[in-house]
Amino acid sequence: MTTTINKPQPTPTSISQRFWEAAREKVLVVQHCSNCDHHIFYPRNLCPYCWSDSLNWVTASGAAGLAAFTVIHKPGHPAFVEDTPYVVALVDLAEGPRMLTNVHAPSEQIRVGMALRLDWEDRGDFILPIFRMTNENPGGSPA
Amino acid sequence: MKGDAAIVGIAELAPVRRTHGATTLGMIAEVAAQAVFDAGLEPGAIDGLLVGPQVGETPQHVPATVAEYLGLQPTMANVVDLGGASGAGMAWRAAAAIASGMCETVLCVLANTREDVPPRSPNRNPIREMDVPFGASGANVAYALIAQRHMHEYGTTSEQLAKAVVAQRHNAQCNPSAVFHGVPLTVEDVLNSPMVASPMHLYEVVMPCAGGAAFVVTSAARARQLKHDPVRIAGAGEKVTHRSIACAPDLTIGPLKNAIMRAYQQAGVGPEQMDLLSLYDCYSIMLAITVEDAGFCPKGHGGPWLAEHNLTYSGDMPLNTHGGQLSFGQADLAGGMSHIIEAVRQLRGNTTDRQIAGAEWALVTGNGATMSEATALILHRGER
Repeated sequence: MTTTINKPQPTPTSISQRFWEAAREKVLVVQHCSNCDHHIFYPRNLCPYCWSDSLNWVTASGAAGLAAFTVIHKPGHPAFVEDTPYVVALVDLAEGPRMLTNVHAPSEQIRVGMALRLDWEDRGDFILPIFRMTNENPGGSPA
Repeated sequence: MKGDAAIVGIAELAPVRRTHGATTLGMIAEVAAQAVFDAGLEPGAIDGLLVGPQVGETPQHVPATVAEYLGLQPTMANVVDLGGASGAGMAWRAAAAIASGMCETVLCVLANTREDVPPRSPNRNPIREMDVPFGASGANVAYALIAQRHMHEYGTTSEQLAKAVVAQRHNAQCNPSAVFHGVPLTVEDVLNSPMVASPMHLYEVVMPCAGGAAFVVTSAARARQLKHDPVRIAGAGEKVTHRSIACAPDLTIGPLKNAIMRAYQQAGVGPEQMDLLSLYDCYSIMLAITVEDAGFCPKGHGGPWLAEHNLTYSGDMPLNTHGGQLSFGQADLAGGMSHIIEAVRQLRGNTTDRQIAGAEWALVTGNGATMSEATALILHRGER
């Protein structure tokens, strides 16, 4: 008998629950601080820039740029071995916040600065926000 | 006590029998903000942070996790773990830290949840929630992202980084305690080793080991009466900026930059005085970034700098003469202490066959989490 190791799912808190609920509807939401006008990710109960608690959920456009990436060959968690090689990336949302996520694209075409579009991936009880190349990146010319 | 510190802001949350879905981090943030605002201060005024251990969602890296949550970048960050005396313990540590010049305004904060059913997993922090589900478990991912970005911005190459790894391996051949003693290495070996997380090859990644380390600190007066020539802690600096690599303020400049500059300043020296670089090397890229942040070369020139200098114990700029953790081995938290032990050995002048002649000054660095917890020391060969 073989044992299947499941991929780790997100662990929502009372504060981040709204984010994962929206993700289940394939909507990317981030918090916006009405005091200092920053967009915030990951979800918090106060703004890390000004400490105001005047945070509202807003829908992000899904437009993003690539800040850095790595192609994982030896994952730290055994459940991801079947996906290797896969791309982990830091992605800057058009609204400002940076997310760690996956980019689905041929690794030889990935470039820092390239434009990305939001997509979604099923993960058990959750749907995770991931990113793909936009059509504006044929062959990838670095920004 | 030295100095004249005072308590200027207070806050408390009314005790409750049970919480319902609250997080410790959220409660810490709530009461911390109240206390800081009570003092009439802005968040930016806080440059010291004292927290309790084992904050509900995270068993390790607690100050960095709390600092990140609050958007703070303290120059002194610590856990105070004294049970019922923790609050009082924080008070004097804050005063001491202020008197010693490490920081000016310290936030001391403790909070806890009390759920009906405690969470099963010990790790419920933002990294577990937002990074791990994307296959980003462990430190390799963070440093691979840092290395990739450094290569993109500055043209740093794997070959330049490999040269530093090989120089350290050469040093390790004179250290019988090193896990890779008796195992020489070439640049080609490094470049041909399996890719772990691009652009990092296996031999650019530290090897986890078991082990231990310890040192004793005493007053200058007492030190003069003891067996060994004293090694002076001439300067120190610290900075904590984030926990997840996604929250790093910069991917190619580390908090060590600030910590090292403050350590130089306290010691009244600069890079030109250093006889030994004992630099934290969990991954090869940390060496390039640290020599840049330490002012040995302009930003982005770390790769060429490492490749152009002779970093062996007999070279023009000896680096990690014990082999560094990459060749000595990383015995968990004691791995970082190995850089202190080797620096003290060199400054005493009693290494066996890897001695730097007349070594007087050493730069020692420590680095935690995702290039986010940084401490620098300037050690100096003292006189009797």
